[in-house]
This record gives sequence, C-alpha cells and structure tokens, in this order.
Amino acid sequence: MKTIESILLLAVVVFTTAAFTLKNSGGYKVGDTIEDFRLKNIDGTMVSLFDYEDAKGFIIIFTCNTCPYSVANEDRIIALNDKYQEEGYPVIAINPNDPAAVPDDSFDKMKVRADEKGFNFPYLLDEGQNVYPKFGASKTPHVYIVTKEDMKVQYIGAIDNSSRNPDTVTEKYVENAVDALLAGKTIEKTETRAIGCSIKTI
Amino acid sequence: MIKKIMLLFGFLFFLTSCKNEVKKEIVTALKKEVTSTTTSVKTYDYNQLKPLLEKKDDKTYVINFWATWCAPCVKELPYFEKINKEYADKNVAVLLVSLDFPKQVEKKLIPFINRKKLQSEVVLLDDVNEDVWIKAIDESWSGALPATIIYTKNKRKFYEQSFDYETLENELKTFLNP
Repeated sequence: MKTIESILLLAVVVFTTAAFTLKNSGGYKVGDTIEDFRLKNIDGTMVSLFDYEDAKGFIIIFTCNTCPYSVANEDRIIALNDKYQEEGYPVIAINPNDPAAVPDDSFDKMKVRADEKGFNFPYLLDEGQNVYPKFGASKTPHVYIVTKEDMKVQYIGAIDNSSRNPDTVTEKYVENAVDALLAGKTIEKTETRAIGCSIKTI
Repeated sequence: MIKKIMLLFGFLFFLTSCKNEVKKEIVTALKKEVTSTTTSVKTYDYNQLKPLLEKKDDKTYVINFWATWCAPCVKELPYFEKINKEYADKNVAVLLVSLDFPKQVEKKLIPFINRKKLQSEVVLLDDVNEDVWIKAIDESWSGALPATIIYTKNKRKFYEQSFDYETLENELKTFLNP
C-alpha cells in the first residue's frame, strides 16, 4: 500500500514538474545545455553539431531569405564565418520559417539565395519547425553562441548594435562574445536585443 | 458647302475635346484636395519617441510597431485604422511607429501611407541603440515585429503578437471600461 502511495506521489511530482517546465519553456537561456539537432542543409546533407569534430563551439543564427533585417545582415553573417570558422566557431544558419507560410523561404529558394550571396556556411531548414521553439528563437535574425564541449548557451541576441545599417555599427556583440570565449574570458554582454521579423508558421 | 460643314464639325469636335480636358483637370485637382497626400514622416530617436509612450492625459493610446516589409504588420494595419476611426470619439488615439529602413522612407514608407490612405498618425523610429530601447519599451519584447502597446495613465499592456480585429477591440475595451 505504502509503495503504491509513494508511486502515486512520485507520479504527481513528476507530472507537475513536467507541466511546470513545459509552461515555462520560453526556450534556452544563457547557461542552459542544448540538445543537438539534425537538419537538412541546402546541399542535401544532414547536419548536426556533433559532426563538427574540431569545433570549439558554434554561432547558430536563425535567419531566412525574406526578412529585410536578415538580408541586411547577410554580409555580416558571411564575414563572421570567414573570421571564426578557422578559429573553431563556425556559423550554422537555420531557416525557422515554414515554407507553407512563406513560399519564398522554401528549401529551393534557400538554395537560390545561398548561391546568389555565396553563403560560406551551412544553411539548414528547420523542417517541421521543431528546433527553433527549443531555442526560443522569436525572430530573424536571432543569434545563439554555444560552446561545444558542454553544449552550453553562452550568448543570445543580435549580431551588433546597428541591425539596419552596417555603416553605423559601434559595438559588435557576436565578435566580442566569441573573442572572449577564445581568450577564455567572461563575455561582457551575454544578452542583447534587436528588431527582427517574427518567425512565420501556419 | 460640304467643306464648310466639315469645318464646322471639326471645330465642334475640337471644342468638345477641349472641354473634356478642362473637366479632367478640374476633377483631378478636386480629388487631390479631398485625399491629402503625405509628403513627409516625422523621424524620432527613442528619447524623442518616449514621451509619446507615456502620456499622462485622459486618452487611451494604442501604439503599434510595424514596417512596410513586415507582412503580418501590413495585414493587421486595417484593424488599427478601424480602431482609430471608430474609437476616435471615445478618446482613443492610434500611433503607428514604423521601423522601416531610414533610407526607404521616401521610396517605400510614404508611398505606402498614400496608397493605403492611412489616417492614423505615422512616425519613424530611427535609433540604432536597439538593445537599449527595445528593453526600455518592454522588458519582455524580443524585438520581433509586430508589437503593440495599449496604455492609459493608469494601465499599460505590451503585446508581442499579431492581432485580428476582434482581439484588438476586446483588449482595447479592457482599458475603456474600468
């Protein structure tokens, strides 16, 4: 009898915790451990973070073809990968939009855009839109810097402090964060915000 | 004789077409007067916009953050316009804060305002310090568009979401009937 009671009690506790966790899952916060994902890249291969044996971490950027704020940041995203891939922090771009809601964000259109702009990083489709909610991404572009060994989120936010105009940037948040990680220092700003396009689903 | 008649017809024809031209011109001129065209949009940085987000008078303010390139924003604009029109006599004012690219004000924003005949006040927020003012506008705002504030001097609510007319009107009503 005691056992059954205990089991029931345990079940209640587990259930409540689960419900509570779900309710409060606004996505990963800085310091949280992330789950790996496996998404299709524009070249047809499947990409997951564990594939990157030599990486120290990742600059994961939710972005898309159609958001003007994303487009305004494309050159900056390419430059980030240029600068940090060799250092062990490659850019992984993920399109979170459902192509059923935004036809111009379809897998085929992603290939076209990547080709036009010469993307030098994987551009993955969040097919089924299951990955971005885990991160808690709400807009494009939305950056998450993750260290590989512990799979911990180190930074969430904007690329820099002037999303609309690259000529007026005075603070490069992502570069500062990755530089700090590479130097083994504490990141000064771990969370920043910028205007972006809401993520589109049906 | 035939020549003369022909000439007369010709003259008459000329007169009528002339008259039509004049008529057309008058109509166009009249039309222009009725729908006043927007030719400029006030540009604010956050410090200049801030007072508009915290007025202490007796009005209810509906502030919508939007952009011409933001599809869900454009979709919900008519609802804000409708609120602006139908609740004007209930002391409600709508302000549309555009986050269009400053370089595209002339080319996109102003033509859009004229094409859609927007009646609510439109201003442009041009302030690079997004990390500061997004938080200042609301601690919960991630920066995604569209976003809306409804406030009175006693109550304030922030919405990072899209609205249909019914939801928007119901939200507004919670501010009007205390």
